[in-house]
Amino acid sequence: MKNEFQVIADLIEKDKKVLDVGCADGTLMKFLKNNKNINIRGLEISKERVQECIAKGLTVIEGNAEKDLKQFPDKSFDYVILSQTLQAFLNPELVLDELLRVGKKAIVTIPNFGYWKVRFHLLFKGTMPITKTLPDEWYNTPNLHMCTIKDFFHFVKSKDIKIFKSYALNNLNKSTINESNLGVKNLFADLGIFLIEK
Amino acid sequence: MNTEKNIKTLIVKKPLKLDCGKTIKDFPIAYETYGSLNSKKDNAILVFHALTGDQFVTGINPSTNKEGWWSYAVGPDKAIDTNKYFVICSNVIGGCMGSYGPSHKDPDQKIFGTNFPVITINDMVNAQYNLLDHFGIDKLFSITGGSMGGMQVLQFISNFPDKSKTVIPIATTSSHSAQNIAFNELGRQAITADSNWKDGNYTSNETNPGKGLAVARMAAHITYLSKKGLQEKFGRKLQEREDLKFGFDADFQIESYLRYQGSVFVDRFDANSYLYITRAMDYFDLAKQFNGNLSEAFKNTNAKFFIISFTSDWLYPTQENKDIVIALNSIGADVGFVEIESDKGHDSFLLDVPDFLSALKNFLDKSYEKN
Repeated sequence: MKNEFQVIADLIEKDKKVLDVGCADGTLMKFLKNNKNINIRGLEISKERVQECIAKGLTVIEGNAEKDLKQFPDKSFDYVILSQTLQAFLNPELVLDELLRVGKKAIVTIPNFGYWKVRFHLLFKGTMPITKTLPDEWYNTPNLHMCTIKDFFHFVKSKDIKIFKSYALNNLNKSTINESNLGVKNLFADLGIFLIEK
Repeated sequence: MNTEKNIKTLIVKKPLKLDCGKTIKDFPIAYETYGSLNSKKDNAILVFHALTGDQFVTGINPSTNKEGWWSYAVGPDKAIDTNKYFVICSNVIGGCMGSYGPSHKDPDQKIFGTNFPVITINDMVNAQYNLLDHFGIDKLFSITGGSMGGMQVLQFISNFPDKSKTVIPIATTSSHSAQNIAFNELGRQAITADSNWKDGNYTSNETNPGKGLAVARMAAHITYLSKKGLQEKFGRKLQEREDLKFGFDADFQIESYLRYQGSVFVDRFDANSYLYITRAMDYFDLAKQFNGNLSEAFKNTNAKFFIISFTSDWLYPTQENKDIVIALNSIGADVGFVEIESDKGHDSFLLDVPDFLSALKNFLDKSYEKN
């Protein structure tokens, strides 16, 4: 399992009710269910991925986060997870608001466009960056709204969203992000993980 | 139990008060079972049939000598694996395959015809509930069915919230739409316009409104398919002729196909039953039973729901299935949902649609593992 998922799992206490938005093949859901006795639900847009989740015995709803989160009542989950998907929505702000309405807390992870390899790629190659977390070409990427860890950090602050925990991830290295090291983390992490609440 | 004509029948002694106000008792429910009930009695699946189905879910139907209506889904090693599960299905009341219906005789030994009480989906499931007592089953492992079968699934779990562990409504709705009522009315008008119908008293005259019933079936059959499916299967292909005949015979294969569908249907189905069952579908509005709040219908159940729709189903479209998902999510119920890609229309749930069958199998088997 991805290190990212381990970090997410460590943020969640046992026996909680969790919604994984964009749950893909259900790897994280299954881990949370088996290891933390989590009452887990998934929302996934791809029919193929939904079938994979069903084959794992997971409860998943085929749907689109931009349209289908509204059916869940306020604060009906202890945690709502959104892993590396925020940048792919037409309206990320709306989705973020919905995550924080549906969940008591939300865990959002973002591929960091401020990562040095991304900057390096653009600066020296002059073409759109392709990295491990951003594997697609400019013409076929699902990502519409790329941001950096710094962008996201400022964005949530401006919306009066509370950041409980925030981690910078670089391969297997996990470190805490705070106001004073933001510039450095924004350069050396390829992934940001945020535990937030409104 | 009597086994006349291979039909197993349970006589329900207990009076059943119908929605129309009348009470019936000592009435027959015809049923069939597949697989065997285990010692813990926790492997039973109650299957509900659709408008023109019957209790013969799989294998050879002794009445038609054709494959049962859900042979693709039910049987040994199939999605609903009868090596593992005990499948029960009964003919709905109002039907014509042995359960109490308009072709039965009233206490004065006169055939009911349209004097049979108007029945509802609620009446159907209340009648079928007696099968649980009959088999000594405290809790079913699952209830499932497509179309009108799905309506019965929803009504059953609403009426008996702790009587099934899992709930699988397929290609269905919680409230029959104006379009669907319209198609049903078309079918009923075709039957009642047939001069042989005679206000429903045809059976005693030994003639039946076969032409009207066939037209009803033909119209309904179109609604079970999709435009794309029809186009791909038939297109403008001609029926055993080189060119158009400039007449009103079946020039096109689609005409011939529909005529055939109509003609085989009248051999196995009763016109009055068609009136009664379509009426029950039209009256179905689960939300209305709960003052317009569909979620209330499910608030007392802890069952695990899995709802399935099909992309090309325009009779019970995805949105109507999703409305059920939404009602369940709004009360935090355990609900999964998938829309299966298929160009086979509403009939997809009856056909060989591998993604559907594997989703159904995976959901059941994974849920059963956790027993």
